[in-house]
Amino acid sequence: MFRRNGSQCVATFQVDEVRVLRKVAGEVVGLLTDGMDHGDPVVSRLFPDIYPDRPDDSAEFRLYTEGELKTGKIDTAGAILAALPDEGEGEVRLDGEAAEAWLRAINDARLAMGTRLDIKADTDLSEELETAVVHDPGSSRVFQLSVYAYLGYLQESLLNALPEIE
Amino acid sequence: MGGMALPQVAPVETPEIEEAPADDRPWVTIVWDDPVNLMSYVTWVFQKLFGYSKEKAEALMLDVHTKGKAVVSIGARERMEMDANQLHGYGLWATVDRA
Repeated sequence: MFRRNGSQCVATFQVDEVRVLRKVAGEVVGLLTDGMDHGDPVVSRLFPDIYPDRPDDSAEFRLYTEGELKTGKIDTAGAILAALPDEGEGEVRLDGEAAEAWLRAINDARLAMGTRLDIKADTDLSEELETAVVHDPGSSRVFQLSVYAYLGYLQESLLNALPEIE
Repeated sequence: MGGMALPQVAPVETPEIEEAPADDRPWVTIVWDDPVNLMSYVTWVFQKLFGYSKEKAEALMLDVHTKGKAVVSIGARERMEMDANQLHGYGLWATVDRA
């Protein structure tokens, strides 16, 4: 989890955390680069229609803006990959700009996972996880829910470690 | 300052183009509630993007959270499209509509 150190946000990650962060950031990059499928609910959530009742206007706006929006999201996910230790455990130190990129990238990863996991406003994450563990402790859903919860804590810790906005 | 004379430039009169729009209501950017984004993150985005105070950003975030949506900016259509697009960059669910 992140803490403040001078003007930087600092965290020490264990091997497993580094591996998970590489995986989720890599998955976001993959989702955005492998010919995006607009029928995919994750893509619709990351790139919402700007005019929900006017599909033509939304499509036109998308034509001019989506490329840049996509590049921005790929870049922020790349900021996670760039800051992580190459192998094994290690410390990550983020200046203001990198911290912002991490916040955005963690958020995109949580949006993607939250959509796949069908997280709703009234979803109790620990209850959901317990049910999944009872069903099959080795399931992919248990892993996904754990990672989703972990990313929430990590994002919150980074927000708390940020200097106050003037 | 030396004795150089500064060129005097007369302000150019720009003729006002009178266009009576059929609907002159301004446009708004709306942020919708979603189950994933952290409340603290949404507050931070409002501060960062719009330069709102922490109090104002928190009040807006709570509006989004409790009422399901909130108007976060108001103005010309192009400006609202830009705001919504930037909000999408931060992962917030934003749309544009008439006020």
